[in-house]
Amino acid sequence: MEKETTLYIGPQHPGITGNMMVKLKVTGDTISSASTHVGYLHRAFEKLIERRNWLQSFTILCRFCVPEPDPMELTYARAVEEIEGREVPERAEYIRTIVMELARIQSFMLWYGGQSGSSGLYLVGQWSVGDRNYILDLFEDLTGGRVYHMYIWPGGVRRDLPEGWKDKALKTMDYLEKRLDEYDKLMFDSTIFQKRAQGVGIIPKDKAIEWGVVGAPLRGTGIKHDVRIDEPYCAYDKLNFIVPTQEGGDVWARALVRRQEIRQSISIIRQALDKMPAGEFYNKIPNPMKWSIPAGSAWVKTESVRGEVGFYVESDGSNKPRRVHVKGAAYTHGVTVLEKILVGQNIADVSFILNSLGVCPPEIER
Amino acid sequence: MNFFDLKGLLQPLGAVKQLGKKPHTINYPYETKRTADRYRGLHYNDLEVCIGCGNCSTICQNAAIDMINIDGITAKNGDSGLRPRVDNGRCCWCALCVEVCPTGSLSLTKDYIYVTPDANAFLWTPGVSNPDAKNNISFTSDTNLSLSMYQRVPMRELDGMERVKSFAEVVLGYSEEEARAEAQRCISCGLCSNVCPDHMHIPEYINAIAQGNDNDALKIIYDNNPFPEMCGKVCTRRCEDVCAIQVRGEAVAIRWLKRYATETAPTAQKIKDIVNPIIAEPNGKTVGIIGAGPAGLTAAYYLALRGFDVTIYEAQSYAGGMTMFGIPKYRFPLDSVKKQVEYMESIGVKIKYNTKVGRDISFEEMHTAYDAIFVGIGFQKAWTLGIENEDIPGCIAAVDYLNIINRGDSFDVGKKVAVIGGGNVAIDGARVSARYGAEVTILYRRRISEMPADWEEIEGAEHEGVHIAIQTIPTRIIKGENGKVSGIEYLKAEMIADENGGRPRPVAIEGSETILECDTVIGAIGQEADYSWLPESFKAKIEIKRGMMIVTNEFNQTGDPKVFAGGDAVNKTADAISAIADGYMAVKGISKFLLGN
Repeated sequence: MEKETTLYIGPQHPGITGNMMVKLKVTGDTISSASTHVGYLHRAFEKLIERRNWLQSFTILCRFCVPEPDPMELTYARAVEEIEGREVPERAEYIRTIVMELARIQSFMLWYGGQSGSSGLYLVGQWSVGDRNYILDLFEDLTGGRVYHMYIWPGGVRRDLPEGWKDKALKTMDYLEKRLDEYDKLMFDSTIFQKRAQGVGIIPKDKAIEWGVVGAPLRGTGIKHDVRIDEPYCAYDKLNFIVPTQEGGDVWARALVRRQEIRQSISIIRQALDKMPAGEFYNKIPNPMKWSIPAGSAWVKTESVRGEVGFYVESDGSNKPRRVHVKGAAYTHGVTVLEKILVGQNIADVSFILNSLGVCPPEIER
Repeated sequence: MNFFDLKGLLQPLGAVKQLGKKPHTINYPYETKRTADRYRGLHYNDLEVCIGCGNCSTICQNAAIDMINIDGITAKNGDSGLRPRVDNGRCCWCALCVEVCPTGSLSLTKDYIYVTPDANAFLWTPGVSNPDAKNNISFTSDTNLSLSMYQRVPMRELDGMERVKSFAEVVLGYSEEEARAEAQRCISCGLCSNVCPDHMHIPEYINAIAQGNDNDALKIIYDNNPFPEMCGKVCTRRCEDVCAIQVRGEAVAIRWLKRYATETAPTAQKIKDIVNPIIAEPNGKTVGIIGAGPAGLTAAYYLALRGFDVTIYEAQSYAGGMTMFGIPKYRFPLDSVKKQVEYMESIGVKIKYNTKVGRDISFEEMHTAYDAIFVGIGFQKAWTLGIENEDIPGCIAAVDYLNIINRGDSFDVGKKVAVIGGGNVAIDGARVSARYGAEVTILYRRRISEMPADWEEIEGAEHEGVHIAIQTIPTRIIKGENGKVSGIEYLKAEMIADENGGRPRPVAIEGSETILECDTVIGAIGQEADYSWLPESFKAKIEIKRGMMIVTNEFNQTGDPKVFAGGDAVNKTADAISAIADGYMAVKGISKFLLGN
């Protein structure tokens, strides 16, 4: 009988974005139990929002999760719009759609780096993070910021597309599409990656819903669930795209889903740029210092990069939110799911599995 | 698949073909990164355009912006003299400060690299720290993008041709919805309060209106202005001239919002219920007040609240002073005056009407009878035009004319009226005459843009068909065969630039004599105080220079420590809100003088 040892992975970036710790009980190289410990970067964002007026908060929201600031901005904006009954111009809906898909692509480019890097394939990450810069260039031209855009706010978006942006975006999409084939050769065709990913970190299909799995991990178990299709928002109902699914529920299935989703995102961006109507991009809010929202509440969901993210926003009629509660993908994935699926796995696969779940500790600790 | 899958092992090696290609991430030789045209980099502030309203500091959710004093920039009307300083250690470059900057002075630049060994230098004063960055501005907000609301909610008015038919109030007032919308535009910078002679709590009461707390608004207003409905209707509102929003748009309608708040209390009792003033126990001190104008009434109101026994002596049969007798009823209805005075009387202010000091009671008597005296006599005597035939029938001073009309008496102006002057009194004279069906011409020495009257008054007069003859200098009044006025002769003037940098002067053009036929000439070139009632001994003690009573301190105390003074006779601005401010300060002075606090 081998001796059981306690092992700590983290809290310094355990292969993912942000600080958290996984406490493992291992026997040999095999994990016998795992527990997630958070509390290293709690910033009390939800509480801070209650002290800020309706507009000020949107500069905090994007910081919930570094790799995907935009879905947070969008979900909050949609919740506020729903309570207030504020219309959003159609052009803004299209621009929002484009921003969401660009956000998805750039986040997956980071994921490429993390997922392959945690299996020892560092070159993929170097390429994908380099290519991600072209998306950030697009963001910079559009929003004025590269990572934190603070661009989608209640009523629409802050600025219209700059001149020449559409062509630049289309060219970037063409370039990225070609590069995806290169990544495939390095990553998905690689025996090393296949061996590491297949049959590892399996989420059982019959448990997925019960465990609160969302996004690519859920679709990797064969369950077709995507808020963009199920409860369309922005301009998604006017665009054609498919929701890729895979069977198996392992890291490999999740990776394949993401690989296909990037291609869908490129297609969505092309369609949106093509169909986008001219007109207003912003239904202006009143003076933000005195902007009050009628009492009421809204529960709004968005398909973020890592899956469904929901915002519960409540107004008591004043110029500040009474409560903003965020349900993101990271909490269930990083705590409930991770603790369960790590059992029986190899120590070396912890970071690898964490990456495949898209865990983002800052979003767990809002 | 087995571990020795050849394809799976060889495919990744295809990356080798990338060798020798131009790298994507690093450039040799080094190339500077192109920065986006709307990049959100370090702040820049155009110090000349900035008015120090502090809205950037208010919106900053990181509390990264402080408003500080800067060498070479001093506070003036409409400029706090402060400028933003950004703590670059706290800033998150969200640029909300730019979005809410009402003047558009603040922007972000394309500069994003800033290296310094001095930690304090991260406290960045835009425009001072980077004076040359003006050419590198990237993230800006124009009036379309800015979150400031530049369009005023328009005030509903009676139609021009409709209103000349009667003395019905022209301005109809904001509805609740309109008032809420207008109040929302205020950014609470407080530049307005600084220039208000009475330093009314403008941002606070506007905020209350915006939040739907009309009662709070009224309470806040009554804190230092007991005559707000008058101000809400006819104040000269210097506050609006310095409103931060007016730099790039239309000033917040401060006056109309005050009017709205006061109109929520339609009766004196209602005012009392809402304001619910705390009246101190009688303190045994008596104060006599001369004149029930805005200055006297203000002093009386706040003295009464402080437990003083206050009596006002008013020569006329109504209180209100010039606001009652000098302002036409289509601007300030009688009911409104009555309501406000009734409220003051209800909290203990005593007013003796038809009692003129110097005629019905001597100043000496008052001086002996009261512990302190407040003089708020206003300007009663009109300046004469100083031209031929000014004393013939048909020629009248505007203040006298308005007094007759407001008393309810009639005055026949005939078919054609000439009004001389360019201030609010001249416009009042003209618009009243228009209501009697006369064809009215205003003769003014300078151009319309230089008229001291409110632009809304000038516009109102024009809508009512009043003609304004600019650059005209009256030379004589023409006496008709019946001994009455039959016309007025004037010279046309040209504007000559002033060598000393002052405003251009009108200089008569020789030989340009023109005659305007008219039945009445109304002179409105200014007024002064009448001191004939004051005993000489007191005149010597209470210094009077160029028609103005001199006060010796901020509490409006005169050379006789027992006598305080305020209103038109004391301050040059000669408007009601200054008079109210004088009254308010005198209350503090009297309190200090008699009670030592």
